[in-house]
Amino acid sequence: MSTRLTRGGRLIDRTAAVEFSFNGKRMRGFHGDTLAAALLANDQMLVGRSFKYHRPRGIVASGPEEPNALVNLGSGARLEPNQRATTTELFDGLECTSQNHWPSLEFDVGVVNNHVSRFLPAGFYYKTFIHPRPFWKHVFEPIIRRSAGLGKAPTQPDPDRYEQAYAFCDVLVIGAGVAGLKVAKAAADAGQRVILLEQSPTLGGRAPVDQTEVDGQPVETWLSAMEADLAARDNVTIRTRTCGFGVYDHGYVLADERVADHTPGDGRPKHRLWRIRAGRIVSATGAIERPLSFAGNDIPGVMLASAVRDYVVNYAVSPGDRTVIVTNNDSAYQTALALKAAGLDVPAILDAREAADGALPQAARAAGIRVLTGKAIARVKGTKRVTGVAICAQAGEGAVQEEIACEAVAMSGGWSPVVHLFSHCGGKLLWDETISAFIPDPARPPLNHDGSAMVECVGAAAGDLDLTGTPVAIPPVWVMPQGAPIQLRSKMWLDYQNDVKVSDVELASREGYVSVEHTKRYTTLGMATDQGKLSNINGLSVLAETLGQEIPQVGTTTFRPPYTPVTIGALAGEARGEIFQPLRKTPMHAAHEKAGAYFEPVGLWRRPYCFPRPGETHEQAVHREVLNTRQNLGLLDASTLGKIIVKGPDAGKFLDMLYTGVMSTLPVGKCRYGLMCNEQGFLIDDGVVARIDEDTWLCHTTSGGADRIHAWMEDWLQCEWWDWQVYTANVTEQYAQVAVVGPNARKLLQVLGGMDVSKEALPFMHWADGTLAGLPARVYRISFSGELSYEIAVPASHGAAFWAACTQAGKALGAMPYGTEALHIMRAEKGFIMIGDETDGTVIPQDLGLDWAISKKKADYLGKRGQERTFLASPDRWKLVGFETLDGSVIPDGAYVIAEGVNANGQRNTQGRVTSTYYSPTLKRGIAMGLLKHGPARMGEVVEFNTVAGGTVKARVRDTVFYDKDGEKQNV
Amino acid sequence: MLILECPYCGVKAEETELSPGYEAHLKRFGPGSSPEEFEAYMFARKNPKGVHFERWRHTYGCGKWFLAARCTATLEVFGTYPAQVSEPPADIIAKILARRPDWKPE
Ligand SMILES: [Zn+2]
Repeated sequence: MSTRLTRGGRLIDRTAAVEFSFNGKRMRGFHGDTLAAALLANDQMLVGRSFKYHRPRGIVASGPEEPNALVNLGSGARLEPNQRATTTELFDGLECTSQNHWPSLEFDVGVVNNHVSRFLPAGFYYKTFIHPRPFWKHVFEPIIRRSAGLGKAPTQPDPDRYEQAYAFCDVLVIGAGVAGLKVAKAAADAGQRVILLEQSPTLGGRAPVDQTEVDGQPVETWLSAMEADLAARDNVTIRTRTCGFGVYDHGYVLADERVADHTPGDGRPKHRLWRIRAGRIVSATGAIERPLSFAGNDIPGVMLASAVRDYVVNYAVSPGDRTVIVTNNDSAYQTALALKAAGLDVPAILDAREAADGALPQAARAAGIRVLTGKAIARVKGTKRVTGVAICAQAGEGAVQEEIACEAVAMSGGWSPVVHLFSHCGGKLLWDETISAFIPDPARPPLNHDGSAMVECVGAAAGDLDLTGTPVAIPPVWVMPQGAPIQLRSKMWLDYQNDVKVSDVELASREGYVSVEHTKRYTTLGMATDQGKLSNINGLSVLAETLGQEIPQVGTTTFRPPYTPVTIGALAGEARGEIFQPLRKTPMHAAHEKAGAYFEPVGLWRRPYCFPRPGETHEQAVHREVLNTRQNLGLLDASTLGKIIVKGPDAGKFLDMLYTGVMSTLPVGKCRYGLMCNEQGFLIDDGVVARIDEDTWLCHTTSGGADRIHAWMEDWLQCEWWDWQVYTANVTEQYAQVAVVGPNARKLLQVLGGMDVSKEALPFMHWADGTLAGLPARVYRISFSGELSYEIAVPASHGAAFWAACTQAGKALGAMPYGTEALHIMRAEKGFIMIGDETDGTVIPQDLGLDWAISKKKADYLGKRGQERTFLASPDRWKLVGFETLDGSVIPDGAYVIAEGVNANGQRNTQGRVTSTYYSPTLKRGIAMGLLKHGPARMGEVVEFNTVAGGTVKARVRDTVFYDKDGEKQNV
Repeated sequence: MLILECPYCGVKAEETELSPGYEAHLKRFGPGSSPEEFEAYMFARKNPKGVHFERWRHTYGCGKWFLAARCTATLEVFGTYPAQVSEPPADIIAKILARRPDWKPE
């Protein structure tokens, strides 16, 4: 059993006991423990189940590379799935549960997958998905969905807060092992601003466990002196618990600081996302030990050799009384020595190499440990935990020579430098034959804005595995024993979390997957939450061997950020809830809220959709608003309408290029409707333009289009016609605008008083400046409803007062506010188009019968050449018409006009579609507009629309103006 | 995330402050142009692996459009310059040639 030793443990504080629970079982640990260390100290070797076969899984590693020990951490709103026990700091009251098992960790139904594993080979999901399809849908998928899935998603909103911060430095050092600390000190000595990031809570990296001295000093002495030195400097910032997880263009690095993961609910932000710009990035990220591929290497109790000595030295945790070491390099001998020093038994060191005569092997022999060279593990004995190993010759096929009883196996298949950060922005790797690993190629680093190297690696990350300067040689051992038959290979795990075995990669290769990227996706190797930190190199080596290729030829999969999983909370930062995105509110917003408005989003604006009264549905409210506006008086908050001032000696010429019509000839004091197209000829915006004075025009745009159209104007002015003297200003938010609409509109303005708004003084499509209700006002006599209508702009600061004045004075005239839906219905009743309804980016004005708004005389305007393209000039295009159903019903949104026959895909042919469809309260029936092939030539014809229910609805083709065709209502 | 220096206000702007505008130095073809000319202007945009001239707008800054010469493969930036030119200025060409001696301006 794994247990706590009575002495030692450099990171734990034995005076500070901590209580926690695992699957409801109460356990004790010490301050300074990781959750993994504390679980082992409580003999909790079994911590989870694998994804596919639900095999028992134990702790393998001691750092972020851990593939198995993932837990649901916390409970209720603070539940977080997939937290790695190896990097979770223990705190008092910690609760966690194991994942991916049902009904319990000890007894799991899904383990039947293990016994039918020969029916679940590599590519199982793909193969099953292809045939037979019904079998997948009705048999496999429901079972897999029920039994699979790592962790549980929390069901409540996250109660914690997260923040983001910016930082800048000359040199960013990621990783505070000995190599990183030395680089940080050197840069600080040179007067540079240094930020040093360390993912764990303490500095020093592997040195305190793996080395006795640094630069001739005892390692702890050297370390405390270095820490004190750096801490005292103004130009050095050290951030522990902070993982630099991604390197991006031009020296941009993201780092995740786990501020309060170990002190939940203490009021501090849980995580802080650092957005760092660095002049130079130094990756001192160390190396990760690789597992060895032998049969049963996934049984709980088989651990990385480095992890075993971490647990012994840092946390005084014994993995078991007897640990067998299996290795292809010298570093694992340190584990043997550490175990011995702790008073534990090492029955044997199995070294795959023919000889092992370095200093460490000699020290092991001197310590009385049995060292067997040329040996391998034939298989590990045990199911839920290791009970022993069977030994064979590495050169053979697995004939068992001896069995040794043990509780743990410490394995080392060599080391892989952590080259992730070097590779994120395209740094290239070299295969190093000596250490059998990919190392960064200093000649091909990722580049900075000026062409200089953006990232450099130092220490173990650069392949310098022994800081004492002794060259390290690690011969490749990819399969153990080398001639293992399929029975053994199908028990050799490469990816513990996703259950990918040596035999799966070999199968993929036999089935023709020769690319490492394809093999990864086919087998799911390296696609688990650990992103293949342990499995990738072993997997691609097996692939290379099977293909008979060299490893560098096969290459690695692409390294992408983040290096370790980052919680969405950190990426979102403060941008959640009310401040997820800034909302735009008109000056009258508060009055609308008070009036009980139901709001809808229009871009970032919030506009009243309708103003329901108590007991009214939204539909009833909308219908009341339409009828009241047509019979009495309606008030619309039109402030969101885009307003752009275009001014200057060449403003008229410019607007003539921008609009399809002529704006330069518009007299001062008058308004004109205009259309804007993009260069392809498609309609992008519309609105009323007013000529303010000789060289000033005010262009109204759609509510959603103001910023886009303003940017569009600036683009042409700055980049194409930069010698034209034109200035633009987006004044949308400078004015509040109220549409006063209906038969009583003029009466209301007369009651407000201050200016002459009579038919004679202010005819249709004119505007005038003046005073209304004592406020400065610009009154446009325009109509989007077909009623007598004025749009009144007042400075935004007077918006609320003006709205209140209209509401108050309007009471006697039957005034009611109306919202966007009533606006839409009334414009549809009049056959007015709406950008985004009648247009979708593929519609030209000519399709909509708007030829009258296109100048035939102008030599050029934006979109003119595009509209001349043969396809757009074709008489066969779908064109705008009105539709009325024979039964008076409302045509469904998005319905198509069906045509005879079917297309090549067996779908019904179409000849048109609806673009706007409403119930008209005015006409008490459904009305619609839409695009129809040869539409204007087909008046009176009956066509059929499809419906959502699967049937059809018949409608008669007619003109688009349903109400007051002669315009008598607005000409009063 | 790129940093481009706005040549108008001098701000070294992060990519999130900017809007991309694709290829620079396009020649507009309007009414009277041939279908081939219009197609080339509208649709056949350059997308080289290497030296490229692009339009960027300092949207969340001064609002000005400017042009950038950069390498699409390595993300090196050779320089930025105002948009009111019809071809890359000589000093930008010189900066590119200093780092890409084999590159040939069109
Ligand atoms: Zn600027």
